[in-house]
Amino acid sequence: MSSSRFAEPGTVRRVGWRARGHRRFGHTRAAPRGRRADGPHRLGHGSGLGGREGVERGAGAAFSCSGGALFSALALLLVTSVTGGGALAADPLEIDIVRLTRDIEPLEPLSLLDEAIEDEGLAGAELGLQDNATTGGFLGHEYRLENVRLGEDESLEERVRSLAAEGRSLFLLDLEAEDVVRAAEAAPEALMLNVRARDDALRNESCRANVLHVTPSRAMLADALAQYLLWKRWGRVVIVTGRHPEDAAYAAALERAAERYQLDVVDRRDWSSVPGARRTDSGHHSAQQEIPAFARFDEHDLVLVADERDEFGEYFPYRTERARPVAGTQGLVPTAWHRAHEQWGGTQIQRRFEALAGRDMTPRDYAHWTAMRALGEAVTQTSSNEAGALREFLLSERLTLAAFKGVPLSFRTWNGQLRQPVLLAGPRMLVSVSPQDGFLHERTELDTLGYDEPESGCERFR
Amino acid sequence: MGATSRSARWPRHVRARPLALLVWVAAAFASAPAAAYTVYVSNEKDNTISVIDGESLEVIDTIEVGERPRGIVLDGQTLYICTSDDDHIEVLDLSSGRVTHTLPSGPDPELMALGPDGRHLYIANEDDNMVTVVDVEERRKVVEIPVGIEPEGIGVSPGGEWLVNTSETTNMAHFIDTESLEIEANVLVDTRPRVAQFTPEGDEVWVSSEIGGTVSVIDVESKTIKHKIGFEVAGLRPESIQPVGVAIADDDSGKVYIALGPSARVARVDRESYEVEEYYLVGPRVWNLTFSPDRKRLFTTNGVSGDVSVIELESGRVVKSVKVGRFPWGVVVGDG
Repeated sequence: MSSSRFAEPGTVRRVGWRARGHRRFGHTRAAPRGRRADGPHRLGHGSGLGGREGVERGAGAAFSCSGGALFSALALLLVTSVTGGGALAADPLEIDIVRLTRDIEPLEPLSLLDEAIEDEGLAGAELGLQDNATTGGFLGHEYRLENVRLGEDESLEERVRSLAAEGRSLFLLDLEAEDVVRAAEAAPEALMLNVRARDDALRNESCRANVLHVTPSRAMLADALAQYLLWKRWGRVVIVTGRHPEDAAYAAALERAAERYQLDVVDRRDWSSVPGARRTDSGHHSAQQEIPAFARFDEHDLVLVADERDEFGEYFPYRTERARPVAGTQGLVPTAWHRAHEQWGGTQIQRRFEALAGRDMTPRDYAHWTAMRALGEAVTQTSSNEAGALREFLLSERLTLAAFKGVPLSFRTWNGQLRQPVLLAGPRMLVSVSPQDGFLHERTELDTLGYDEPESGCERFR
Repeated sequence: MGATSRSARWPRHVRARPLALLVWVAAAFASAPAAAYTVYVSNEKDNTISVIDGESLEVIDTIEVGERPRGIVLDGQTLYICTSDDDHIEVLDLSSGRVTHTLPSGPDPELMALGPDGRHLYIANEDDNMVTVVDVEERRKVVEIPVGIEPEGIGVSPGGEWLVNTSETTNMAHFIDTESLEIEANVLVDTRPRVAQFTPEGDEVWVSSEIGGTVSVIDVESKTIKHKIGFEVAGLRPESIQPVGVAIADDDSGKVYIALGPSARVARVDRESYEVEEYYLVGPRVWNLTFSPDRKRLFTTNGVSGDVSVIELESGRVVKSVKVGRFPWGVVVGDG
């Protein structure tokens, strides 16, 4: 993936699909299409919907290059009449969505098998935009996505205020927790969907009424893992925590889950080494010596690692003193999304994403896609682009979002968190999906994951 | 699906299979059990078709086919199979038990329907947002029609004028004129629409929405939803009730049967009142269902339990579970 597709920091890149008018096409009998070779259609750059090149060259206004044009044409072919949802309005309804992001250094994964990703998140939003545009093409709804990348020293508040002054009221926040709060306060009338920050505080004391959380919180991830451990009767765990604040937050979520599900934390350790070069000629020797020396714990069933920046957790499997599995941020991982997940129609979105982005979909991409689809569903059902109307719909029981998790997803009314099943995945296979059978809840079993209504510390949603 | 053999063609069978003639004659004279029939089930994970004898309810044959067989359609002695991961349609000759040839289908074919002319096969390609029309005699693609994201269900009106396709992520039922092959109307339905089934009179299309948890009854004349059916089973989480397969009785019973996925239930709905009258307990992830030729039984594929439930409609009892392959998906019934 070339980095040229990114606009300079502080500039706006806009991509969009416009259904230009709603005239009906004379015929659709266009069997051989340029992009379609005979026989099975295979995934690749520029194939499928829109095409990646199209998006890249689309910097600027709504793009009109080949890939995008093709997509528009396909959408137009479908624009005839819609019944049930009322006839097409004369003027299309325009839905402008802004993705706000701030540079973080791309994580360099410990494993040589994983590549650092530069367009993480954005690619998911673009796929969501395409999916919305297809439905919108039938309904006279035009979706546009602006990717706003904040410069290192740029004021977030000022940027959000100026966007709001230009009439933007729908935001995806690909930001850290503090920035989420600042963005929310800069434009309290806007509807914002958090697609990155996993902090539990954002769902509790730091919650903001105009922010919904698509990304599962750390508490949800930890609960999903704990339920499975209980089901396996792996009740004695060790927690190894890394050197960063987010590692401590992850470990705190594990501790909370352990208490909720009565797992016994038999030992706690901090891993403080600073990681060195990823590649060294005989790197395995030191890990082979170092880990067993470190990982001498009391009798336990499993080692839980809290290493969100992927600095040391991968060293643990097969190297601990005793033969014990590893879970948490590495090993068996609770996650919103994983490439090995193909249940419930997941195959389709995995393939569509790969055709668009040329790589696997990550949890952050999935959060972006889901946020775009949630907004799309709200627009489809309300025929509105007003932040208030969309927020009301999203928090209502009318939302039954389909997001390849086998059940309808909806938002919790007490803190705006998207309730969703959490995948449990090993490096190469899906292992299970939580909530596990037998964990009951009066409302929905999905509410056994994360902060439930009675324990919520979020006042601004009441 | 609900696809039984599209017309009573027993004379052709009779010519092909003298034994079937004997059975038929015996049945006709004895007048006791109905004419013999056979149930065919596609097993998504095993890559096989299970053949169940309608009388003994035993599996009498298991036929190996291509990768990930899902939607199946029967026409006389020809079984068309969407072998999804092989990206084509396999044509299985039931008299020899062999796949004689394949048809082009576009990628990832999932569900299909045969036009009443017996010649045009309409196929939903889940992977590339197309409905492919194939001429089964000339064995070629006639046209590809662009539709919404993730096309799934396909229904053809009894007269063959209309093709209805559902798209799972666009949440619409697209009405396609089979003459012009143009989309004439798009009806917004609830989340993740799956199966589209016309009534025998052709005045309504019933569309199931798996994640939305409802069935929309669409009036074909006006192309609007005239009724929406919801489901509720005491003691079950609402999100486990996921409507998928729809079988509409073409006798005078006026009933519709709807498979409700993970809830392991089949609902019976009255066509006049749209009331849900009964829930039958079958196996988990009940996906598709079809009637016996005499309309006295209903067969359902239960994906997770790997079996087929047999419901006697008169008594309302589930009389048998027939073990088939892993993840049974489609089911059709043929005479003989």
